[in-house]
Amino acid sequence: MDILKFSKEHEKFRERLAGFLAKEVTPFMDQWEKDRIVPKSIWKKAGRAGFLCPSVSKEYGGLGGDFLYSVIVSEEFSRIVHSGLAASLHSDVVVPYIESFGSEEQKKKYLPGCVSGDIITAIAMTEPDAGSDLAGMKTTAVGQGDQVVINGSKTFISNGINCDLVVLAAIDPAITDKHQAVSLYLVEDKTPGFKRGRHLDKMGWNSQDTAELFFSDCHIPKANRLGEAGSGFIQLVMKLQQERLVCAMGAVFAAERIMEFANEYCKKTMVKEKPLNRFQAVQFAIVEMTTDVKLGRTFVEKLCADHMEGENIVIETSMAKYWTTDMVNRVAERCMDLFGESAVLESNIMARIKRDARVMSIFAGTNEIMKGIAAKFMGM
Amino acid sequence: MFELNRSQKEIQNAARQFAKGEFDSHLALELEESREFPKKIWQKAAGLGFVGIQLPEEYSGGGLGLVEACLIAENFCRVDSTFGMALTLAGAGSEAVARFADAGLKQTILPKICEGELLSGIAFSETDYGLDLSSINTIAKPAGDTILINGKKTHVANLGTNGIYLVLCKTELNQAPPEESLSMVLVKGDQRGMSIEDSGRKFGANMTASATITFDNVTVPGSNLVGKNGKGWSQAGKLLDELKILTAAQALGTAQGALDRALGHVKQREQFNRKLGRFQITRHKIALMATKVELARLITFQAADMFDKGMADSTYISMAKMVSARTAVEVADEAIQLFGGYGYMKESQVERFFRDAKVAELCFGGLTAMKDMIGEAVIGKI
Ligand SMILES: Cc1cc2nc3c(=O)[nH]c(=O)nc-3n(C[C@H](O)[C@H](O)[C@H](O)COP(=O)(O)OP(=O)(O)OC[C@H]3O[C@@H](n4cnc5c(N)ncnc54)[C@H](O)[C@@H]3O)c2cc1C
Ligand SMILES: Cc1cc2nc3c(=O)[nH]c(=O)nc-3n(C[C@H](O)[C@H](O)[C@H](O)COP(=O)(O)OP(=O)(O)OC[C@H]3O[C@@H](n4cnc5c(N)ncnc54)[C@H](O)[C@@H]3O)c2cc1C
Repeated sequence: MDILKFSKEHEKFRERLAGFLAKEVTPFMDQWEKDRIVPKSIWKKAGRAGFLCPSVSKEYGGLGGDFLYSVIVSEEFSRIVHSGLAASLHSDVVVPYIESFGSEEQKKKYLPGCVSGDIITAIAMTEPDAGSDLAGMKTTAVGQGDQVVINGSKTFISNGINCDLVVLAAIDPAITDKHQAVSLYLVEDKTPGFKRGRHLDKMGWNSQDTAELFFSDCHIPKANRLGEAGSGFIQLVMKLQQERLVCAMGAVFAAERIMEFANEYCKKTMVKEKPLNRFQAVQFAIVEMTTDVKLGRTFVEKLCADHMEGENIVIETSMAKYWTTDMVNRVAERCMDLFGESAVLESNIMARIKRDARVMSIFAGTNEIMKGIAAKFMGM
Repeated sequence: MFELNRSQKEIQNAARQFAKGEFDSHLALELEESREFPKKIWQKAAGLGFVGIQLPEEYSGGGLGLVEACLIAENFCRVDSTFGMALTLAGAGSEAVARFADAGLKQTILPKICEGELLSGIAFSETDYGLDLSSINTIAKPAGDTILINGKKTHVANLGTNGIYLVLCKTELNQAPPEESLSMVLVKGDQRGMSIEDSGRKFGANMTASATITFDNVTVPGSNLVGKNGKGWSQAGKLLDELKILTAAQALGTAQGALDRALGHVKQREQFNRKLGRFQITRHKIALMATKVELARLITFQAADMFDKGMADSTYISMAKMVSARTAVEVADEAIQLFGGYGYMKESQVERFFRDAKVAELCFGGLTAMKDMIGEAVIGKI
């Protein structure tokens, strides 16, 4: 029995998306990996074709769809092994801040562009000295008449180069309680005082633009704050559940893809005159890994269903994020061992898959932080 | 228990100092990106005697043993795994030339290797499924006083026309078992009939380029036969034993280098107003990493010492290769995690150490191959 019930509409959306990716993304992926970024035009194409922000309601140009559309997007991007056009990050992680906490005016101003792909978004929380310890952030936002003045720096920001709009976390230095000092702000590209730093070189996710952002006396209108002053930390905590779930989904889908490659490879590759998959050790490895992947799939689908019911699944989501992202890395590495020497070459997709997978146990909250959160909510 | 003597400690120290002085971390990123062999540093290392240390002194070598070569490999890789792997693989195969070739061939080849003028590589594998020596299909046919070679080799390190390759060929064309039908032949990279195809970027070890080499009626002098006709199987086996121990030493250094960096980071980086090194989980991670490195060091140097004393044990050597390479992969992986987001950035170096470690694990016998060999030896005939 399926845990997630996809309707005919969902399946049509999936088919259209798969067609879109095959035509507009797959042929260019190698070039984008080299460029370390995707062209902004592909965001526009994806938006125009209706694949960005499916959950945004119709009045702002979206589909008004449920979370299953997000599941489909994540799954189809995993199928082609692509990270650069970070649709899930934009649609399911960043834009929901505007959707949930934005004023009517903010929503009218930004959401249609987010849906059409004219506005690429980023979320800027992490700083050089504040990663896991989010509340230790030092970027300040100080009120000055009807303006807010921002000073500080952020790092490891996804879509950092391409972004047109940043959801920025900053503190009011006048407030001593670290958590109550945080607010979220919308900062537009080209605002004086907002500059990009380095476009960072990474192990994987090479078509994704990860960058440093700098703010020096950057003035934005006070109206660009999201929600009440001091509610930033709670807003983050509320939305991080979905971010972690999205990350866990991505991990499971990537692991499924890896197993497809592995099965294909071990079937067609002959060693000592028999296919690799006729060796007992290879068979056991494939069975063990497939078991892991299926456990992951079942867990994550159940959490998606609970999430759609609006249940509080902080503990389980934290567990799923750490377990699935460790799992995908374990599976990727073990498949490299099965592939042997040929996995060493970058012309073999396993090499890139492993490089791409490695980040998953680090971002969206490290796996150590996930275990800490679960322990805390389990009352320890 | 095996212990280093004074001159070995001096070599260890000298290798460390040399690497620290020469292996610039920015240059490492550049060369890994452009996939360039560090030619200048190699020549400098050769000038100081770090290349060909186990080759005989009469051919400009160091006249020392595998333990010394491992000390250099370990310490080079500890400082930088990519430079380290490139430099310690630069003369791969030359040991077999020193051991088995006739005096004339040694005289023309070995001094150039030791002086950093010639790269050498071994061309053994023919598929991605490695060194199944029994399936070698490259044919070397005697033709008067020359040898005619036809066939194809994969995963040959140190590609380029400015080098030599030790090619494992079939010389007996009857049904003789591989133990009696293989031979090693030395071929220069610029020989007519050879086409060398770059295998492209690799997961790691990107300062050493690999290639697929096709031999189409390549003619070499008969004196390029290394050792006795038909003895290639056992000669190649001995060379591979040596290369596995060297790979174990590279992996050991890579693991130690990743541990050094992680240690530096957790002692200095603070989150939640505490040094990372004060969290119990971090301490336990470091404890495991350090323990694994010590185990890898023990088994690697034990294997090298046995080799030098003429007591080489292929099973023990495979164990050393497997344990040390696994250690490098696990320790470097944990180092990435301990560095957090920065660990995923090229700048942090640990992600490169991880990729290099994985290559060391996959080359010269991956996990499956090692387990097969060890299992076969330990269980014996049943
Ligand atoms: C490719 C990429 C994209 C990213 N995109 C974004 C983005 O779009 N927006 C954004 O804001 N951030 C982004 N990040 C940042 C990411 O969320 C952080 O890297 C992550 O939260 C970890 O923070 P840190 O890097 O400062 O590591 P640190 O917090 O310094 O952690 C280092 C190590 O210490 C461990 N540690 C920390 N605290 C504890 C503890 N209490 N107990 C035990 N262990 C602990 C960690 O688990 C980790 O292993 C991205 C990162 C990467 C690599
Ligand atoms: C940097 C680098 C430099 C190199 N330099 C050279 C060089 O100069 N010359 C050269 O010839 N080669 C070179 N190699 C290649 C190296 O020698 C290879 O590692 C070697 O070919 C590995 O062979 P192996 O038999 O040990 O098998 P592996 O490559 O470990 O075996 C391949 C895979 O086969 C499968 N397999 C095999 N048998 C079984 C079984 N019974 N059951 C299940 N699965 C099985 C496994 O999945 C195994 O992992 C280099 C490699 C690298 C990465």
